[in-house]
Amino acid sequence: MFPGLSGSRGLLSLRRSLIHSRYVSLENTARKAAVSRVLSEFRSICGEEGVSLGEAVREQHGKDESVHRCRPPDVVVFPRCVEEVSALAKVCHDHNLPIIPFGTGTGLEGGVGAVKGGVCFSLRNMDQILDLHPEDFDVTVEPGVTRKALNAYLRDTGLWFPVDPGADASLCGMAATSASGTNAVRYGTMRENVMNLEVVLSDGTVIHTAGKGRRPRKTSAGYNLTNLFVGSEGTLGIITKTTLRLYGIPEAMVSAVCSFPSVQAAVDSTVQILQAGVPIARIEFLDDVMIDACNKFSSLSYPVTPTLFLEFHGSERSLEEQVTTAEEITQSNEGSDFQWARDAETRNRLWKARHDAWYAAQALRPGCKAYSTDVCVPLSELPRIIVETKKDLLESKLTGPIAGHVGDGNFHCLMVVDPNDSDELQRVHLFTERLARRALAMDGTCTGEHGVGLGKRALLCEEVGPLAMQVMQGLKESLDPKNLMNPGKVLLKGES
Amino acid sequence: MPGRVLVGVKRVIDYAVKIRVKPDNSGVVTDGVKHSMNPFCEIAVEEAVKLKEKKLIKEVVAVSCGPQQSQETIRTALAMGADRGIHVEVSGKDYENLGPLQVSKILAALAKKEEAQLIILGKQAIDDDCNQTGQMTAALLDWPQGTFASEVSLEENQIKVVREIDGGLETIRINTPAVLTADLRLNTPRYATLPNIMKAKKKKIANVKPADLGVDLTSRLEVLRVDEPPQREAGMKVETVEDLVGKLKDAGKV
Repeated sequence: MFPGLSGSRGLLSLRRSLIHSRYVSLENTARKAAVSRVLSEFRSICGEEGVSLGEAVREQHGKDESVHRCRPPDVVVFPRCVEEVSALAKVCHDHNLPIIPFGTGTGLEGGVGAVKGGVCFSLRNMDQILDLHPEDFDVTVEPGVTRKALNAYLRDTGLWFPVDPGADASLCGMAATSASGTNAVRYGTMRENVMNLEVVLSDGTVIHTAGKGRRPRKTSAGYNLTNLFVGSEGTLGIITKTTLRLYGIPEAMVSAVCSFPSVQAAVDSTVQILQAGVPIARIEFLDDVMIDACNKFSSLSYPVTPTLFLEFHGSERSLEEQVTTAEEITQSNEGSDFQWARDAETRNRLWKARHDAWYAAQALRPGCKAYSTDVCVPLSELPRIIVETKKDLLESKLTGPIAGHVGDGNFHCLMVVDPNDSDELQRVHLFTERLARRALAMDGTCTGEHGVGLGKRALLCEEVGPLAMQVMQGLKESLDPKNLMNPGKVLLKGES
Repeated sequence: MPGRVLVGVKRVIDYAVKIRVKPDNSGVVTDGVKHSMNPFCEIAVEEAVKLKEKKLIKEVVAVSCGPQQSQETIRTALAMGADRGIHVEVSGKDYENLGPLQVSKILAALAKKEEAQLIILGKQAIDDDCNQTGQMTAALLDWPQGTFASEVSLEENQIKVVREIDGGLETIRINTPAVLTADLRLNTPRYATLPNIMKAKKKKIANVKPADLGVDLTSRLEVLRVDEPPQREAGMKVETVEDLVGKLKDAGKV
């Protein structure tokens, strides 16, 4: 199957694909022949049921939750243990077949699309939670374990894994994309919370980035291989185990909401709350367009103005202090309508607006698709970039309510776009590039938590500069000289 | 006003575990399998602790019947806020045959011994799905019962219970002492936090034998065989409606 002809295709892209295909048809034919040769080897490694050529299965494994179109692999394999992953990788390496690791398919940057076809390694059958050490606050999990499954398993121990990207993602997948979430301001992102990884390299070699079974709370031993693979998005190796740092479940939680007359006031409050040393757990910003959408969607009546959603974790006594300090700060910044709640039911009601933001944005224009931008800048630049971005949205006549992890300087424009309006699609594309460059100009990054994937490879070059890119390219060539590991992602060189 | 509440907590295979039947079809595999507190028992504990926090009852006693490991389940209840525990030791063949009839006899005996005025249980256990222990316990004690409770309010000498029934919700008023069984929507159980787990280690768990309570554990039931549900078979694609009808007829469905 030629990569461009899956599913229902518009005439324009069909023509484009045919032209593209003419040049790569030789490559494709060779690859398809290689795939049929290796099928029997695959089957002998992971069993008959462990290999699938079914069209529906391949399509499921060729897309994630981004707007990037489905790019199905040639075959999907379902290994059950790291030995099978290693054996399968060796076969792929010997036959020059691309390898695409797949966790839960909940990514947002097209990271699982098989742009050059190849073999998708669906790791969902490796679903063991291994080696829990409650007194040491660490646990090791396989790629089929999702964060909600881990937290359900841990519930009786008083521990949890707080990195919460929203989706119920595979923890190893979260390591691969260096995921983050609403809790990062207090608990950090995957970079800070992955202690060790078991990785299968493109030739089948199995390594442990911090040494097999090791889990000291800190180390200065050798190069930091663990964090090399965190965020590598499957381009350097397949993560088959991750050792995670756990935290105590908070004794109590309080949620609060507060409205502000301006973006500046909301962000100033955030900065001051952090500087006051309040160990705030979540601090989320919704702009007026977003609040309006949420009011409509969830039948709420928040004032239509920039709003902060806050969550505090701690003991009963420390919570009182935290909330009092935060309330004083918001008041001094002309914050109003400060509401807070302690019990689970009222807290959930208060935060409902934030939880439903994604759906509320889409409900603004039924029938449209939604795409999330992901820039992150130093806190002091946040008011300026949000104000300039809102101006750009108005001038470009685009729908883009804003929701952000203000405590990290990270915000998302939830772009709602009509997939049949090619002019609007183009305006969105140009807008997101301007936004990324705006963030880069303010010493920020084009992707705070979603990753580079397919769509931000050029921006990565602009962000880190050509010399750092050369180093990244050198590492890639050293670990994956045949460019088999998830080709076409993160790095620009070596794409079809 | 009820002073002491007994809460029954059962140790069952964790809800997230994939159950496997033993090769000899005598039961399910339990060795090395993760166990935890029955989810409906968690809801029962939460309700009791909430009542204590509202100062409507004085003491919450968590009870579990089973082998040594049942103490872990009692510890979880203590970490959620129960004051003390009672572990009724039942192991070996007796434990394999332990069912609602035996447990309700034990709970009835304990309620009398501890002078409890309220018993809160989960509506059923997720391993046997019996939904009998609460009802049997109330019958043995000749106490009123408020089962499938989704809302509980303590009044002067009575309890108002909103029950989840097939047709909707039924509100009843029953006298104390009484037995309640918790349904899903009664509350959202709290997590055991580290400080509370530490405090729970210091709370007391008393050991009791069924014989001390004068309870006969003989079972009237014998498990003959345990089988897995039939494996799901691959589907078939058909080209025409006639094909579909033909295949349905062959399978005796039409």
